Amino acid sequence: MIAHAIVFYIFSLIAIVSAIMVTVSRNTVNSVFFLILDFISISCLFIMIGAEFLGMIMLIVYVGAVAVLFLFVVMMLNVAQQKNEWFISKGRSAHIPVGLLVSLIIFFEIIIVIGGWKYKPDLIDSLAIEINTELTNTQTLGTVIYTDYIHLFQLSGMVLLVAMIGAIVLTYRQRSGVKRQSYFRQISRERKDGIEVVEVENNKGVKIDA
Amino acid sequence: MLSIGLGHYLTLAAIIFTIGVVGIFLNRKNVIVILMSIELILLAVNINLVSFSIFINDISGQVFTLFILTVAAAEAAIGLAIIVVYYRNSGTIRVEEIDKLKG
Repeated sequence: MIAHAIVFYIFSLIAIVSAIMVTVSRNTVNSVFFLILDFISISCLFIMIGAEFLGMIMLIVYVGAVAVLFLFVVMMLNVAQQKNEWFISKGRSAHIPVGLLVSLIIFFEIIIVIGGWKYKPDLIDSLAIEINTELTNTQTLGTVIYTDYIHLFQLSGMVLLVAMIGAIVLTYRQRSGVKRQSYFRQISRERKDGIEVVEVENNKGVKIDA
Repeated sequence: MLSIGLGHYLTLAAIIFTIGVVGIFLNRKNVIVILMSIELILLAVNINLVSFSIFINDISGQVFTLFILTVAAAEAAIGLAIIVVYYRNSGTIRVEEIDKLKG
C-alpha cells in the first residue's frame, strides 16, 4: 500500500511538473519533450491503476504519433528560436490576471464537484457494464468495443479517415515546373503513338518528321 | 494520505486540466503551445474517465477514453495542418500577429 502511494505520488508529481513546463518553457522543442514526459508518466499511472490496454495505447498514440507530429511541425516551421513568453510588457497584459482568476475558479469548481461526488457516492449508478475480473483488461475492452460500442467504434474510424483526408487536402500544394507521372497518359498510350516501322532504302537514310 | 483513492486521481486530473487552461489563457506567443495545452486538457479528461471506470467497476469509461484518444489524434493532425498552411501563407504563427479576423 505504501509503495503504491509512493509510486503514485512520484508519477503524479512528474506529470504535474512536466505539464507546467509544457506551458512555461521558453523553447517550443522543450515543450514538446515535456509533453512526451507527461504522457509517459500518465500512461504509467494508467497501467498502475489497472487499465493497462489504455496505458499502452496512450504510449503508442500520444508518444508515438501525436508528440512526434508536434515535433515535426515545430522543427519544420522553424519556430524553435521563437521565444515562448508569457508576460509581454507592451501594456497589453490586462488579460493575465483575468486568465489566472478564471483558471483558479475552474480549478476550485472541479474540486467542489469532486467533493460533492465523494460525499454522495451513489450519485452515479446507472448502466454499468461491470468489469469481469477473470479476463484481462484488453480482453474486456475487446468484448465491449466490438459488441456494445461497435457503431461508435466504426464512427471513430470515420473520424480518423476524415482527419487524414482533411490534413492532406489542407497541406497539399501544387508546384509549377515539377515533372510528374500521368498514369492516364501512360496507360492510354498505344503502339502507333510510339513507334513506326520504316523501310530503309540503301544509301538514302531515314527522314524523320518531327 | 497513504491509501490512494479516487479523489487522488481526480485531483491530479483537475490540476493538469487547470494547467492546460492556464496555458491557453496566458500563452501569447505560440499557437503550437496552445495546441499542446489542449492535449493536456484532453489528457486530464482521460484520467478522470479511466479512474472513474476503475473505481466504479464499469468498463464504459475506458471505452470512451479510447474514443477521446481517437478524437485527440484527429484534432492534433488537423490543427497542425492548419498551422502549417497558415505559416506558409503568412510567415508567422505568433498569436499576437494572427489578427486577420479582427476586421
